[in-house]
Amino acid sequence: MDAATIYGILATAKGFKEISRRKIKKVPSLRGRTILNVFYENSTRTRVSFELAAKRLSADGVNISASGSAVAKGESLLDMAQTLNAMQADAVIIRHSSSGAPHYLADRISARVINAGDGLHEHPSQALLDIMTIWEKFDELDGLNVAIVGDIAHSRVARSNLIAMKTLGMNVRVAGPATLIPRELAAVYGCEVCDSVSQAVEGADVVMALRLQKERMNSGLLPSLREYSVEYGINAKLLKTTGDNAILMHPGPVNRGVELSADIVDGQRSVILDQVENGVAVRCALLYLILGGSQP
Amino acid sequence: MSILIQNGRLIDPVNATDKLADIRIQNGKIAEIAAAKSLNPGPDEELIDATGKWVSPGFIDLHAYLREPGEEYKEDLESGGKAALAGGFTTVVVMPNTHPVIDNAEHVQYILARSRALGLCEFLPAGALSVQRKGKNLAPLAEMQKAGAVCFTDADRAIANGQLMRNAMEYSTDFGMTLFSHAQDEALCSDGHMNEGAASTRLGLRGMPCVAEESIVARDAMLAEYTGAKLHFSHLSAAGSVARVAQAQQAGAAVTAEVGAHHLLLTEEDVDGFDTSAKLNPPLRTEDDRLALIDGIRTGVLCAISSNHAPHNSVEKDVTFASAEFGASGLQTVLPAAIKLVDEHDISPLVALGCLTSGPASILGLESGGLACESTANVTIIDPKENWEFTPERNLSKSTNSPFLGKTLKGRVLKTIAKGKVVFTV
Repeated sequence: MDAATIYGILATAKGFKEISRRKIKKVPSLRGRTILNVFYENSTRTRVSFELAAKRLSADGVNISASGSAVAKGESLLDMAQTLNAMQADAVIIRHSSSGAPHYLADRISARVINAGDGLHEHPSQALLDIMTIWEKFDELDGLNVAIVGDIAHSRVARSNLIAMKTLGMNVRVAGPATLIPRELAAVYGCEVCDSVSQAVEGADVVMALRLQKERMNSGLLPSLREYSVEYGINAKLLKTTGDNAILMHPGPVNRGVELSADIVDGQRSVILDQVENGVAVRCALLYLILGGSQP
Repeated sequence: MSILIQNGRLIDPVNATDKLADIRIQNGKIAEIAAAKSLNPGPDEELIDATGKWVSPGFIDLHAYLREPGEEYKEDLESGGKAALAGGFTTVVVMPNTHPVIDNAEHVQYILARSRALGLCEFLPAGALSVQRKGKNLAPLAEMQKAGAVCFTDADRAIANGQLMRNAMEYSTDFGMTLFSHAQDEALCSDGHMNEGAASTRLGLRGMPCVAEESIVARDAMLAEYTGAKLHFSHLSAAGSVARVAQAQQAGAAVTAEVGAHHLLLTEEDVDGFDTSAKLNPPLRTEDDRLALIDGIRTGVLCAISSNHAPHNSVEKDVTFASAEFGASGLQTVLPAAIKLVDEHDISPLVALGCLTSGPASILGLESGGLACESTANVTIIDPKENWEFTPERNLSKSTNSPFLGKTLKGRVLKTIAKGKVVFTV
């Protein structure tokens, strides 16, 4: 996706944000279309915002949630694909724990496929809503300083953001435990890998913290949550070293006290709730552009 | 039954000959070799015009998974044998990770009996190194060797316990056995699905780093030097592994190594798009690794190219990448790798074909007479220039998990002769 495409989607999203603040939050653009949410992983934010997006566009949205244990070794994804084709869906929104699952589906079904997060690979709508949130606060994205902190290795949010930010000319610095930062990150995404969180955060315009999953301790990647929060957590003191109008972001849900100290989650710099609101707007835009309006 | 192969370029790495010649085959053996176009055809003799073609000893594959007994839905010795012949192989070493495992004399004899009954290529059984491939106790190696096993390996499982590997090596020295090592630190590869590097970072797939292979190559090479055992490394994939093998060879250890054809032709970039037919173990790595493997052949550190033929059904491969089994089928697409070495990497046909003939033969201690009078007539006739498409119709395996299906390759097997009989024609 090039910069022009990204800005185009965000401009459309802006319009939908406005619609979402009206009393009657509905436009008829996708009336009669069938949109299926196929979520193989738990999700509150993403699923609800895609659901709301479909409804606001007057489409018929249905949720299919397949719990992880019922899906053995992924063979039912093929069955799912065949079922979806039979149901004549117009669009399928898929979240799956396997990188490449949307590509797998797209090769096998006639509906449009939208990636709501696949394994460690990508979460494109999240990156778009993140960029939209940043753009609301900063007019010029080219040359903006961004710090992404946390478990990059397991983060599709990070990967999608790294791709988008590189396209838009932002300067990205990354920090986190070395066990959680892929060795080739700088080479692949053109970002800078810092030795410490303080180095990454200093002078940043945007500080984005990633969620740390508790499993990482059990895989021997980290000693403890406490050590993580001490060495890599973002707190008020660190935020003071950022740029003047710096904003604090997090894809949610936040582990309060781990990646972010509790006080700053709701503090002045935090735009976390804006991210959520923009999520619905961006997803409206995506559904509209992919199914209804012109191609991005 | 008499066959006369006329005017071909006879490339015989076993006897180090590369010349134009006529070859007469009679009663299953090479009867006569003379200057090109000099032999007169006899009555009722089958004539093969090999002008512009290469005539090689039949190929020997050191590493194929033919899934029989136990997983015949993916492949069996019959379909695998036909694919082998189409790939120019007259001898194939079959891996023991079947169901049941080939870890005793009876099962070794089963493979040999099937080989005789089918009359396709010759199947040589590899015996498991540990009982049930569990990596704990030594399997009855001597008993299996007497029954006809040609080497010992746990196939696609590494020997994690250094003590067991040491014991296997020491034990083997009394019997002149060759052990094959699948060198991999499986803990370092836990939950990995492809090479750890730029491609895996981009695709969001957990990786298997080179060091997982290199560290065990180092361990096993040192153990081989320490014990004096004959050790052969299966399907190396990393540049560092080639270097360690070279080091061990220089120190005088009886260590040999091979590379799989896929690793000579493909890299981690071929996984792009989450193509499960490019999901291999060991994984496809970087271009630097690929070039180092080619260099290893050039310098003689690596002396064999194997097929690593690993057929899988759509149940195992038509799934998301992380869920897919490792392996690609490959018996019919090995020759193009050798041709590429000649065309693009300045390697002589003798050396390239040596990796398919004399190299594997010497690793197994097989008496291969090559293309000399009185030796068994296993002959492969090749068109080194022909571009051909590997279509589904030409695929003789029961499985379709080849990264080359539908692609065009250069270098084609035209005819395969086993024990003096034409067993494959294109």
